Amino acid sequence: MAYDLSFAKEVYKTSEVGYWIKMCMQCGVCAGSCPLGPHWEHSPRQLFQLVRAGKMEEVLKSDSMWMCTSCYNCIVRCPRGLPITHIVHGLARLAVEKGMADPKQPTRRFAVEVFWDNITSTGRVGEAGLTMKLYFIDGIGPGIQRGLEMKNQALGMLKTKRLNPIPFRSKIKGFAGFKAMLDKAFELEAKKESNA
Amino acid sequence: MKEFAFYPGCSSEKNASASNMENSVHHMCEMLGVKLKEIDDWNCCSASIGYAGGGHLPRLALTARNFALSKQQMGDSPVVASCAACWLALRETNERMHEEPGVKENLNTALKEAGLSYDGKLEVKHLVELLVDDAYVGFDALKAKVTKPLTGVKMAGYVGCQTNRPFGIAGDNYENPEYLDRMIEACGATAVPFPKKVACCGGALAFSENEKSCDLIKDILQSAVDNGAEVIVTPCPVCQLNVEVYQEKVNKLFGTNFAIPVVYYSQLFVLAWGGGWKKAALDQQVVPADVLKKFA
Ligand code: SF4
Ligand code: SF4
Repeated sequence: MAYDLSFAKEVYKTSEVGYWIKMCMQCGVCAGSCPLGPHWEHSPRQLFQLVRAGKMEEVLKSDSMWMCTSCYNCIVRCPRGLPITHIVHGLARLAVEKGMADPKQPTRRFAVEVFWDNITSTGRVGEAGLTMKLYFIDGIGPGIQRGLEMKNQALGMLKTKRLNPIPFRSKIKGFAGFKAMLDKAFELEAKKESNA
Repeated sequence: MKEFAFYPGCSSEKNASASNMENSVHHMCEMLGVKLKEIDDWNCCSASIGYAGGGHLPRLALTARNFALSKQQMGDSPVVASCAACWLALRETNERMHEEPGVKENLNTALKEAGLSYDGKLEVKHLVELLVDDAYVGFDALKAKVTKPLTGVKMAGYVGCQTNRPFGIAGDNYENPEYLDRMIEACGATAVPFPKKVACCGGALAFSENEKSCDLIKDILQSAVDNGAEVIVTPCPVCQLNVEVYQEKVNKLFGTNFAIPVVYYSQLFVLAWGGGWKKAALDQQVVPADVLKKFA
């Protein structure tokens, strides 16, 4: 099968700092740096080579990028100076945008369906609401079970005044402007993509 | 000392997971005469997983708004952050506004919708950077305030990831930063060798990949205990939370029996400076720091 480079070109143009992938010399330093390394289906090094080989499905459907803990080991170590963390995050985001990320992938679900929603609905994290939504993402039954499993931790946090018993937070004062700003930023981001 | 703009971040709010950090930071700064003025109406920086829902520009716009508010309210004051992720977001946003073509312009187009603007030029400081720098506070001043040296207590200085990489505390190195050990020693305690000093606790993935993260947390705890530590000390709210509250879960998963307190550097200083238990927010520990009781 001939190489199809359209995916590589797309990544270089539209994925966050994706153009840096061209600079990778495949040394593998990054691969040895990920704290959850054994759980990555393809290491960052492999992901970058797969991009260059045009393997869209292998990259975007993989749950590798979702294993990134944002530890920044790779960034300070890469001998070619690639901003690896951001490239990996960019590929994860691209998988979301193209609807190719596994909907059941736990970090994707947490990050997109719970966290981003949580912070953009008021302007700040509401930790109690965040935790509740994460627990109940699969419905009431599994939610109660998860809640029970974590009961002691939650009680410990409540007792030490490090968890708000009321899972409600009010919006920041400048919420209207905050929202308009984000809408505009998304609009600009989409434009960049369609230029590709 | 002049007043600094302060970005506390979500976990430092009242009744939030790092309110023990915030309470002790407040008292530590009061005792030092460092004045921090909270930026009014700041928003979340989206920490390390904002990329998935917010992509590139919207994610950076969050932090650009905080800078713009700071500039409006506090002029050219450096922006100080106590949270690792908040500090990283501030540093990153500045850097990318300067280095990536179009980012500064696009962010300002977005900010305009909120009636704001930002040129990318405000200086950013982690609170730790003020403490270790003679131009602001410095180790001599930190030591001079000690009235109740924490003599004899063995501590593992757990720097973690984001207070260290990718930006680093000025002048220190990535693989073996020394500022935290020096802070421990400044309080009169003993810093033990700690091979997991800059290891990752799983960060935000402790939420979504809890068992995989607990495996990392177990290794951190084991390394601290193996090296004789009675207390783990950290500057990072995510490290503190993960390494403290998941000990019970780790014990269940791995048949261990960890019960080691995990405290912030700010709590140590308040205690060693004679501020007492409550001002050090040591009543807010999930794993009680009993070994420090005698210094209260
Ligand atoms: S460390 Fe850098 S150059 Fe080496 S494989 Fe990873 S990305 Fe490529
Ligand atoms: S930041 Fe992500 S990609 Fe880089 S070493 Fe850490 S986990 Fe791996």
